[in-house]
Amino acid sequence: MKYLSIIGNRSLRCSRQPLPALLYLPHPWGRTSCILAVVFLLVLSGIAYAAGVSPQFANPEQQEAYETLTSELRCLVCQNQTIADSNAELAADLRRQVYEMLQQGKSKQDIAQFMTDRYGDFVLYNPPFKLKTGVLWLGPVAFLLIGLVVVFLFVRRKKAESTMHAHAEHGNENAEKLAKIRSLLEKGDPS
Amino acid sequence: MLKYILPLVLFSVLAVFLALGLNLHPSEIPSPLINKPAPAFSASKLQAPEEKLSPADLKGKVWLFNVWASWCASCRSEHPILNQLARQKAAIIVGLNYKDEPIAAKGWLAQLGNPYDVSILDQDGRIGIDWGVYGVPETFVIDKQGVVRYKHTGPVTPDDVQQVFLPLIAKLQAEN
Repeated sequence: MKYLSIIGNRSLRCSRQPLPALLYLPHPWGRTSCILAVVFLLVLSGIAYAAGVSPQFANPEQQEAYETLTSELRCLVCQNQTIADSNAELAADLRRQVYEMLQQGKSKQDIAQFMTDRYGDFVLYNPPFKLKTGVLWLGPVAFLLIGLVVVFLFVRRKKAESTMHAHAEHGNENAEKLAKIRSLLEKGDPS
Repeated sequence: MLKYILPLVLFSVLAVFLALGLNLHPSEIPSPLINKPAPAFSASKLQAPEEKLSPADLKGKVWLFNVWASWCASCRSEHPILNQLARQKAAIIVGLNYKDEPIAAKGWLAQLGNPYDVSILDQDGRIGIDWGVYGVPETFVIDKQGVVRYKHTGPVTPDDVQQVFLPLIAKLQAEN
């Protein structure tokens, strides 16, 4: 038999631990109420998490380092989450690792190095600038430059076209006027 | 003329990038451990917890290091292939019983057969972190000098055995 376990676990998942008595809802409540109650507790647990259920540190610097590191390290199982956001077991293990290393007085750089030695640059959400990651860093700039050049050329061509057009039109008008003047001069003003 | 060629060129570039993207495996993360010494550990053996094993004990031998757990579904599909590989005795197979209950692990081996020369315990996943394990199963190949030469993520298939593992093991066995 599996139970939904909420208390004592950040995630809602099935475990074999028995639930606190509160969650064994009396039968007359019915199924809908039970679901509502679970939803309510879920919302509460979300609030509790947002309020910061993180391990205790001796000083605010360590706390800050913990929070920065866990939000800069990628959870490798669920690749688009940081280890601070993820409920995966590996993320929990890596958070524990970060916590322990901070308690041992290791610096942020030491811990980031520890992680890259084992999982590669991919573990960092902010990868270092290297030959391998060059495309990653310079790619967007290159595309921006290409875009600017294209826009510049396009605008210049359009401008040249429109002025040529304008010249041509003006030229026509002038020629018409000239012809009119000439014919007037030759024939004399009829009025 | 440019008006017709340019869209074609843009389309081709896009198509090439999309084709490359389709063939990438973003879930396979290259291991920084390749060509580095095997991370050290001293771990209890599953079948004899009072005895310890460390990579130094395996110096001079080519060995596979297979991460497994009784709760891991894809390990079950990989297991018969490992059993078969073990029968060929191409290399020593060491199992890392990752975040598992020893009783469940022993039960699994009793039921499905034991391809491992020895399995070691990593109940809290610390050896796993040192080896950059991010999923189960994973398989490493370590040479006689104790250097990691190859890493395979996910279950090993018969094709992998024939095309990658056996040729690599043969090559490493020939080295001294």
